[in-house]
Amino acid sequence: MSKLKVVFYWAASCGGCEVSLLDTNEKIVELGAIADILLMPLAFDGKYHDIEQLKDGEIDVTFFNGGTRSTEHEHLAKLLRQKSKIMVSYGACASWGGIPGLANQFHVEDILKCVYEDTASIAGSNPSKTRPQVKTDVPEGELTIPGLYDRVFPLDEVVKVDYYLPGCPPHVDWVVKTIDAIAAGKLPPAGSVIGSSKTVCDECKREKSSDRKIKKFHRVHEIITDPEKCLLEQGIICSGPATRSGCGGAKCLDANMPCRGCYGPPPGVVDQGAKLLSVVASMIDANEEEEIEKILSDIKDTIGTFYQFTLPKSILKGGVK
Amino acid sequence: MIDNFEPRIVGFLCNWCSYAGADQAGNQHKEVPPNLKIVRVMCSGRVDPQHVVKAFQSGADGVMVLGCHPGDCHYKEGNYKALRRMKLLEKLLHELGIEKDRFKLDWVSASEGDKFSRVTIEMVEKVKKLGPLTIRYNKNNEGGERHE
Repeated sequence: MSKLKVVFYWAASCGGCEVSLLDTNEKIVELGAIADILLMPLAFDGKYHDIEQLKDGEIDVTFFNGGTRSTEHEHLAKLLRQKSKIMVSYGACASWGGIPGLANQFHVEDILKCVYEDTASIAGSNPSKTRPQVKTDVPEGELTIPGLYDRVFPLDEVVKVDYYLPGCPPHVDWVVKTIDAIAAGKLPPAGSVIGSSKTVCDECKREKSSDRKIKKFHRVHEIITDPEKCLLEQGIICSGPATRSGCGGAKCLDANMPCRGCYGPPPGVVDQGAKLLSVVASMIDANEEEEIEKILSDIKDTIGTFYQFTLPKSILKGGVK
Repeated sequence: MIDNFEPRIVGFLCNWCSYAGADQAGNQHKEVPPNLKIVRVMCSGRVDPQHVVKAFQSGADGVMVLGCHPGDCHYKEGNYKALRRMKLLEKLLHELGIEKDRFKLDWVSASEGDKFSRVTIEMVEKVKKLGPLTIRYNKNNEGGERHE
């Protein structure tokens, strides 16, 4: 059998997804034995030009991480789709936009103004309000850099996606399973999410009472929590009830941190944030409007709390602002 | 604002009180605006916040959730659950830029035909003033505008 041709590409992401591949430990050697990696910008210097020379469908698998924010990301997503038999949406950002997708609350103009004019570390030191330009004329000719879109797109809104491998980053068990399945040619039906069909709460070892109540919301640094009890019952917003399991047995909860929802919505849920909001709100221990509002006033960033990884893929997207 | 704008309002009505209240309004020949599209649910506590955001995304200019008065829920406390959920949902909608008047949770009992008529007329008037709702990045107005 000839070696598989594999690409790992990153778009609007942090690089953690590529590092998660290294977490496969000795499996990475096996991957080297069964596959040739044609492009992986984090690890080595591949050229887009070389990818353009390939025949359509010549790449066996592309693992694409990161949301699509710039024209370069879009170009690569379309190019790699054309050249690949299988396109895997790797990680939370490619699948739902992820944390960079929270920028969809704002217009790109506001973001650029914030970054190049208003940020404390830059304020006053950029009096001419210089910003990077897509095209710049220099004596030697014209220089170009990729342009930004007004929003972050999940990968499946740019090209057809065959599999989703969620997580921030995907857990090593599922990465290994995926690599094994590709090597054996035994892949699940196209469109599948490669992960568990349970929720994080199902796998969480913390003790949950049958009558769960929240009297006051706290942020993680504000209280010392009981390591045995459900964090929601202690007033810490945990995304466990509305998050697909697959992270390897509620790992964040083991480390005394709430689930942030990086595995995305479980099967049957379209909008992770709205579903989580429903669970959390119904646990509030108050029946009077005023008291409920007072308890809710401790939640400072509703979008960031409930849609930490899924805003671009939520039903209302970036809202109306 | 568009002249003669007729808003589309989706109303989630609980089976036991508010839906019966809507019936009552009909029996009493009270005025109910034709803008209201009613979805009957067994309890206001059954209304998932996903239903509300989906209604907005699908073209509703306003959404109402009507249930039994506090203490009168057929299922004891479903309407309290609705109250808690919708209060948090209001916060979220506000952050997403959807005006406060586009979403309303209220209580209408089976005998309050006149209240049903009043709250629905008020809702339509308020949303009329706000004009149509446009969700950014919705499929219908997808642009993918490029910044250059």
